[in-house]
Order: sequence, then C-alpha cells, then structure tokens
Amino acid sequence: MAVAERLGQVPAEKLRNWVWQLEVCNACRYCEGYCAVFPALERRRTFTLADIDYLANLCFDCRACYYACMFAPPHEFGVNIPQMLSEVRRETYARYALPAVFTRLLASSWLAVGGLLLLSALFFLAVVVTTGDPGRLFEAHVGPGAFYRVIPYALMSGPALVLSLVGLVLLVGGGVRFWWRTRGSVADYVSLGALLRAASDALGLRYLTGGGAGGCTYPGERPSFARFVLHHLVFWGFISAFVATTAAYIQQDFLGWYPPYPWLSVPVITGSLGGIAMIVGCAGLLYLKGRSDREPADAGLLRMDTLFLGLLLLINVTGLALLLLRETPAMGSLLVLHLATVFALYFVLPYSKFAHFVYRYAALVQNRLEERREAARAGH
Amino acid sequence: MAGEPRYDVIVVGGGNAALNAALAARHHTERVLLLERAPAWMRGGNSRHTRDIRAAHDGIPRYTTGTYPVEEFLDDLQRVGGGRADPELARLVVRESKTLFQWMSEHGVRWQPALKGTLHLSRTNLFFLGGGKALVNTYYQTAARMGVEVRYEACVDELLLDGARVEGVVVKRDGAREVLRARAVVVASGGFEANLGWLKEYWGEAAENYIVRGTPYNDGLVLRLLIDYGAEVVGDPRAFHGVALDARAPKFDGGIVTRLDSVPFGIVVNQHCQRFYDEGEDFWPKRYAIWGGLIARQPGQIAYSIFDARMLDQFITSLYRPYEAPTIRELAVQLGLDPEALHATVETYNRHASRTGTFNPAVLDDCATRGLTPPKSHWAVPIEVPPFYAYPLRTGVTFTYMGVRVDERTRVQLKAGPPMANLFAAGEIMSGNILSSGYLAGFGLTIGTVFGRIAGREAARYGRG
Repeated sequence: MAVAERLGQVPAEKLRNWVWQLEVCNACRYCEGYCAVFPALERRRTFTLADIDYLANLCFDCRACYYACMFAPPHEFGVNIPQMLSEVRRETYARYALPAVFTRLLASSWLAVGGLLLLSALFFLAVVVTTGDPGRLFEAHVGPGAFYRVIPYALMSGPALVLSLVGLVLLVGGGVRFWWRTRGSVADYVSLGALLRAASDALGLRYLTGGGAGGCTYPGERPSFARFVLHHLVFWGFISAFVATTAAYIQQDFLGWYPPYPWLSVPVITGSLGGIAMIVGCAGLLYLKGRSDREPADAGLLRMDTLFLGLLLLINVTGLALLLLRETPAMGSLLVLHLATVFALYFVLPYSKFAHFVYRYAALVQNRLEERREAARAGH
Repeated sequence: MAGEPRYDVIVVGGGNAALNAALAARHHTERVLLLERAPAWMRGGNSRHTRDIRAAHDGIPRYTTGTYPVEEFLDDLQRVGGGRADPELARLVVRESKTLFQWMSEHGVRWQPALKGTLHLSRTNLFFLGGGKALVNTYYQTAARMGVEVRYEACVDELLLDGARVEGVVVKRDGAREVLRARAVVVASGGFEANLGWLKEYWGEAAENYIVRGTPYNDGLVLRLLIDYGAEVVGDPRAFHGVALDARAPKFDGGIVTRLDSVPFGIVVNQHCQRFYDEGEDFWPKRYAIWGGLIARQPGQIAYSIFDARMLDQFITSLYRPYEAPTIRELAVQLGLDPEALHATVETYNRHASRTGTFNPAVLDDCATRGLTPPKSHWAVPIEVPPFYAYPLRTGVTFTYMGVRVDERTRVQLKAGPPMANLFAAGEIMSGNILSSGYLAGFGLTIGTVFGRIAGREAARYGRG
C-alpha cells in the first residue's frame, strides 16, 4: 500500500538504532515509575515503526529517564530516549498530516511563517484599500461595529472560518491516520472509559509530574513544576480565549450586540484573562526552552516548539494591545496585525506543534486500552 | 592558623555510602568535602546500577506490601551469610534499616509504588523512583543544597596516616598532587572488583575473562592503602558476587541489561559441551548469583545456555539476540562448539527430561530429570522444538567481599593497637564485616546507607572535638 510504504520511510540504520535503545530500556526497566512510556514498552518484546510512533507520542519529554539512565551518552550504549522520541514525534507530525510537505515547510521555518504573516497582513491591507477610504485605517473608531468599519465582518470572519475548518479536518485526518497505523483497528477497542481516562491524563498533564518525582526534570536535572504550570497556563488560556470567541459570536449573531464590548463583559473578561495567561505561559515556556538542556533534545522539535510558542505569543500580545488601544487611532493597524497573526496560526494549525494534542490524545487512549487489556489478562 | 585543617570531614568516594556520610556529616559540621574519583557523568560508583534497598519496616503504605520485621531480616541475613557476620554490626544495620525510609525521603529520595513485576521483593525492599542513578543524582543535589563541597575526577592516591590518626588525603588530578587536610576522613570508595590484576592474585589468568558489571573506577586503590597500612582484613579475598552475563557484554559498566535469565529454561554447557550444574535447582532470583562463580570455574570461563523455541518468551529480553539455528548441530557450529558433542549432550538430556510433568515457571514444578548427573530439578522439559537458541555466558562480577574491619562507630580497626581515631569506613569497603558470602537483594545499599550515616556523624563529631 502506497501510504504504508511512504509512512515507513525511515532509514534502516536509524530504525535499528531506535530499536536498540528501546531494547536496552526493556532489559532494564528502572524507569517504569516515571510515565506511561515504560510500562507500554514492557508490554512489547519487539518494536515496529508503528510502535515507536505510538511510544513517541506517549512521551511528554519530561526527561526524567534521561537523567536517571546509566546508559545515557557518553556511555557506549548511547541511550537517549527523550531525544529519540522527540525526533520521532517531530517526524510523526510530518508523516501523518496532509499534505506532508507543508509540515516540513511550515512547522519549523521562521522564514515561511514570516512570509505567511506578511501575506496575511497584505491581504487585510488590500481589504482595507478596496473597501473604502484607506485613510480610515489611521483614524479612531468607537461605538458598536467599530472594528468592522476597518475590516468588513464578512472578510474578517469568512476566510478565518474556512481556514479553521480545513485545519480541523486535516487535524482529525492526521489523528485518524495515526490511530489506524498504530492500532490496526479503529472500531474494535473504542471505549468510553478509556477515552475519559485518557482525557483526564491529558487535561491533568499527568506525565509532566515525573511520576511523583516533583515535576519534570526541565529545563535541567532538578525536578521542577515550572513546565507543568506554564503549560496549564497556555492550555487554559487558550480555552478561555476560545470561550471569549464563542461568547462574542453569540452576542453578535444571536443577540445583535456588536463589538467592541465593554470591559465588564464575558468576551472581554475571558479573552483578556486567557490572553494574559497565554502570554505568561508562552513567554515562560520560551524562557525554559532557551535554558533547557540540549543533550536530551531534538533540535528540530525545539525549533518547531519555539516557532509555535512565538506565534502564539505574538497573537496574544497584539490582541491585548488591540484591546487596550481600541479607542485610539492605532486600532486599525493593530487590528490588521492581530488578524494577520491569527490567520498565520490558522494556516499552520495542522502542521505546527499545535497538532501535538491530537497524536498525544490518541496515544493516551491506546495506552489506557492496553492497560485495561493487560489487567483483564492478569485477572484470568 | 597554620595548623588548622581546611576541612572538618573529607569523604573519599562518591557512591551511596559516601553521599550518606557527607550528608550526615553536614548535619553536624560545616566544612565537608566529598571526593569522587569518576567524572560527573559517571558519578556514584556502583550505586548507579542499583534499584532498591532492603529495609525492615512495620508496613509502608503504597511502597511496600506487608511488613518486614527486624527478626525476619536477621534470619534472612543469617541464612545467606553463613553466620560469619559480626553479630553486633549485623544487628546494628538491620535495626537501623527501619529508619531509612524516613531518612532517605527527607533527603529528597522519591519512591516507586510496589509493582507486580517485582513481587518477590516488594515486601522486603523499597524501590526508589528511577533507580540508582536517580538516587545518586538526588543525593548530589541535596548535598549541593546543604553546602557540601564536591570534587569530581579527584583520585585519592595517598592517605596521610600517622599512628592511629589520619591527617588528610592526597588527591591526584592531571598529574598534579594536592594535599587536603581534614580533622576526620571517611573512606567509602567501594571494593576492588574492577581491578582484574588484583583479582588475578586469587583467580589466576581466569580473571582476565571476567566481565565487570559496574564502574571501572572501583579498583580498590584506597582499600589497598588501608591494607598496606595494617588495617585488619575481613572477608574472603576470593569471594565475589558474580552472575551469568551475556559474553558479548562490554568489559565494564554494562550494568543490569547484560544479565541473562534464560538458564532455568534450558541447559547450560561448558566449552566441552558438558553440563556442570543443576539449572533448575531453585527459582532464578535465588540462584542467579551463584552462576558467576560456577562459570568462573569452567574451562575458558565460558558457558552456553541452550533452549528451544518454546522457551524464548519465558524470560525478560536480553540486550543481545540469541544465536538461532534449525538444529542443535548447526547451533554448535555457530557457537564454535563440537556439533556432535553438543548434539549428544542434548540427546542425553532429552532422554532423561520430563515428558509427563506439567511445566510451570511460576512454581517449583514437577518437571525433573531422572537418572541424570548433574540433575535438573525443575522445568526440565526436552529441548526439541526448533529453532534452537543459545546465549554465550561469562562471569559478571558485581562486587567483592574483602574489606577492612570496623567497630560499631565504623572506625577502621588495625591488626594491632586501637582503632583509628578519626578514620571511618562505610559501604562496600567494609561490607565484609556483615556479609562475607551470599547476598540479599538490596542489602548493599542498606549497609552503605546505615554505615555511611554513622560514619559521617562520627567523623563530624570527632572533627568538632
């Protein structure tokens, strides 16, 4: 099958090295208390590329196993599980998203994302120019519908809606392909219990706690909850911003209240709280990544992470600035800038680090299913 | 003041016993220096390769199952140690082991809940999260936080000894030698299992064929200094803890992953294709530690574990693939053995193997050979389902037993005269006081932690005057 062949494109030597490292782990098993990866590893005696894809996405890169490993480089066994699984994870993002070339192009190139930002900004500038007097970009606008006097509503939301729907379809498609590839069967094992337990694992960031070690060994060898807290800020900030968007949509399209909304309104409160949380979270994660140990890291994934966090930070900074300066003549420029960043994000959605949650969740579900089957076997 | 030593306590060594000594010393005094021979990435001696510690307890929820009374621990020790232990020190270490969970937790150690895979140890032993290197890392972090000074790649090649006192140590690094003076010194620098030349004094050329499972830095340099100075020796110099390792393992530091658990699932022959010991005498965890010595006594110090396709999935995978062949003769060719001789040995074994018993690796089953010498007492089913498999086995030395005698304050005892006033010993270098043969899983760390703590405390007290 063409897809399977293409998916199998990993150099034989590299695959042999990956399998060797996993077999060292499987003969040792000291790390089994840290996370789900090692018990999952122990359920296998041999490793296919699909197994490795699964394990890679079960790994949260907490790095406890690297610092605990007596066989880590410079030991001749050269075991570096976080680095290897990070590399595989980056590869899975590319191998499962469609079309794959976009991932390689967009996921880790500032140049490409910068180009996207520029194109998006040019698009909105063109909208401003072609829908009326361009001078209104630099005037202050107040009262209901102020934003739409700069960018008409249909042109603001239409393309965004299309892009986000396409992104969503591609994300789900990648997830299904991943599930198909790593499990073989989609329908056989779907269980509500596993879905819910995996959701709790994901939302609780269970595997950023080091299995009771006091957080993950990140950015360095000493366990810390910094990454756990910052990731929660980004995630819940994102959810909060999503609530803001939904609330604004309801207020505008169902209640007929047009933005800008007052400070004490659901969209502004949830939006600004979410924005601040994401700014703190993204900036904090970027700081941690900058200081993080490069030995257990994959340089490519680090670039991908940094790029995504940078873009998210940019969106939130421009969004917050727009909120603060919305009654000044700077509003128009900030609106164009903010929309351009949002557009760029929508465009890279299925190809960037954003996609990680899809594969993570699929892997967590599979892990819970395997646990259940193992428990059932042990019970017999 | 010119005569004032720079340190209160110097700890020689960088593994579990040394770290506990340094931590304990730091609780009682200011200027504590730990000298680790290895570079930072390899710090921790053989403690890096450990996983669990044996401790008496009245039940530690979540981390142990059941209870492990002091009396039972002492009985276990009596049984494996053959009664040659110093009874006072044995009681001391077992009694003190009850406090280890709290002590270790207070110094940052995190634990792993009792797991099914380790069931036979989950009552008697505590498993620290991530294994020995994580343990060692935690202690180094705690030591740094508490203000213990640590130097890596610091090889102590001289102890400044004067009668029953030590004045300090001499550290060699990059060809330069530095004198470091201290009020008291703790030696916790391990045994001499990585010194094949020294092992040869007792084992002859055979020692050349041994594999050292742990750190290459345990060459016994400090132990030799103490013996040469007149310290009283305990433990049989020939005795070591040795297991069957895959012969393809690296010469040093292959750790846990090169061990082989296949022995009970087939037969083991020497290079003349002869069996030499009951492969199914008892459960593997109770027998694995005698196989190093058994192989050491075979010609060429090599043996081969032979089994068939039915047994391949019965044990934890090894790091290396087994040799595989459709017939025993072809397997022998791959191993460089005489095909006819191996074929004959397997045929003989198969004729005497059990065809009526019920094979069950979970119990001491009823599959025993009949009329075969040596017998195979359990799991003795015929080797007849191809493909056939083999692992080459060598002796893997874990640790040595010979050390220096200490008193209950861990002061090093000289052959003549009083104990050293301010020289203390902890860990493998003195474990021969308690254990001179046999082993209890996780007991090395118990000794290291208990006596490391005592040594550090006593050294600090002496240092303060």
